[in-house]
Amino acid sequence: MVKYITKRIGISILTVLVLVTVVFILVRLMPGDPFNDPKMTPTVRANLNAYYGLDKPVIQQYATYLGNLLRGNFGYSMIYPNQTVNNLLASSFPYSLDLGIRALVLSLSLGLVFGIISALNRGNKIDLFFVIVAVIGTSVPDFIMGAILQYFFAVKWGLLPIAQYYGFAHTILPSIALGFYTMASISRIMRASMLEVVQQDYIKTARSKGLSNFRITWKHQIRNAILPVVTVLGPTVAAVLTGTFVIESIFAIPGMGKYYVESVQNYDYSMILGTTVFYGTFLVLANMVVDIFYGIVDPRIRIAGK
Amino acid sequence: MDFHNQTITPDRFRVVGKNLKEMESISRPSITFWKEAWLRIRSNKAAFAGLVILIVYVLLAIFAPLLSKYSFDQQDAYAMRQSFSAEHWFGTDTLGRDLWVRVWVGARVSLSIGFIAALINSVIGTIIGGFSGYYGGKLDMILMRIIDIIYGIPSLIINILVMVVLGTGIQSLIIAMVITGWAGACRFTRGEVYRLKEQEFVLAARVLGQSTFMIIVREIIPNIMGLLITNLTMAIPSAIFREAFLSYIGLGISPPDASWGVLAKEGTALMQVAPHLLYIPAFFIGTTVLAFNQLGNGLRDAFDPRLRGTD
Repeated sequence: MVKYITKRIGISILTVLVLVTVVFILVRLMPGDPFNDPKMTPTVRANLNAYYGLDKPVIQQYATYLGNLLRGNFGYSMIYPNQTVNNLLASSFPYSLDLGIRALVLSLSLGLVFGIISALNRGNKIDLFFVIVAVIGTSVPDFIMGAILQYFFAVKWGLLPIAQYYGFAHTILPSIALGFYTMASISRIMRASMLEVVQQDYIKTARSKGLSNFRITWKHQIRNAILPVVTVLGPTVAAVLTGTFVIESIFAIPGMGKYYVESVQNYDYSMILGTTVFYGTFLVLANMVVDIFYGIVDPRIRIAGK
Repeated sequence: MDFHNQTITPDRFRVVGKNLKEMESISRPSITFWKEAWLRIRSNKAAFAGLVILIVYVLLAIFAPLLSKYSFDQQDAYAMRQSFSAEHWFGTDTLGRDLWVRVWVGARVSLSIGFIAALINSVIGTIIGGFSGYYGGKLDMILMRIIDIIYGIPSLIINILVMVVLGTGIQSLIIAMVITGWAGACRFTRGEVYRLKEQEFVLAARVLGQSTFMIIVREIIPNIMGLLITNLTMAIPSAIFREAFLSYIGLGISPPDASWGVLAKEGTALMQVAPHLLYIPAFFIGTTVLAFNQLGNGLRDAFDPRLRGTD
């Protein structure tokens, strides 16, 4: 188990390092640069470049950046005057995280419940209903789902706030829009898994021992059926959290997505690097935690890794 | 009649003898693997419907723009944001462009990006995964660590940056998706090859002096072809989603060129005045993804040897 965890942590550190390097290279390959105002005199431009260290060799810039990064310093924004990237991240990331966590909790809990209900009612109308919900959910991109929800619930019927992010009511539509796809795919996986497990011999054994239906479903079927859902948790967390970018723009939520897209358009090098590295590292860590958790849940990994 | 009390007497039996010819005869016509898969797809309603929808969409994407009197970027200031009519079957957008033509021109872009990106990913992934799985050892270990790392990096972020570096357009989109996308197919193929390489038919080929390359291409890949095709079918919807997403944030295809993502983006902006501009592209993205998923499910069942002859 210790070996498994160490290996997993090692890969995560390497991943972050590769991520930083790739993003650094990509940012420098971008056509254009942050100081492209035509009214700027060459002296001013040279001074700005010197101020941000852009006149130094790229390798040296990279080394400096890595050094600062190790101390948790993302540098100054090149577009917002006197703003550190750390400050901008600190003011915007909580919104993205909040939305992401709400969507995840919603999609995981409802997805599991829908999948279980669907499987237990296999073939009847309740099952059909949940299967149709799942099929629609996995066929519509989240930004279209967001726009449609916003149109009906906020604009047309006026039930919920259209945009912004102040209280619980504001969080409902964005969370549903972001979580719907994941909810649908989890309910499909759970349904299929439940139906697969029910044919296993240990269910027959449990039944022949005379256990009650509730006990069989709860202790034997659901517990075993949940494993395939745990395997897709890592990618799911990544998908939901990156999905916040678009949902934020639809519902005008002041999260990281706005800064990210803006910085890409303005060639704000330090901001692009900062947001990407921060976000990427967060996702890599989330993935790592899920994997380690999976190792603890699945006895096959727990024993094999000893 | 009470069957339980009947006694079984010898006169109720008859010797029929042994007919060697009949015993050895093949009772069912011999069907190849591919033919059986086709038969099973045809009897699977959802998968077959998916296939039909996709064929119809592809044909419309090819022919509808050719047969229409409008072009996809032809503006008409006198016919803006119209609803459905005999003149404009899907109405017009905010610049008076015919939506019917734009939807099918967009279908060309979205479908070909989805298909080409998924295909290139599968081919690269299959080749690398095939060799990695077959040789094993150090090469395999290094490749698998590389794939772990690629897997760990959120692909969307890389896609966005690559699109900024390369500029918008179909080629950039495909390159951006391939850079991050091949790892999935690679990991899958590697696992399958690992499973198959110890089997007798591979051993037989090796004993007969077949080269490694030919063993992978001629012996192993045909055996996992069904699964590869299934995975390809399932990978297309995510490529279509990704294109729509990137176009939506302004980094995929840029107007006046059309793709389903571009149309959806234009539609969301005008949702309150002309909702059909969003519903129509949303409908086509949705039904296409649905059709690919159903076809993929059907293919997975059709190619599954455990299910052979069950229906």
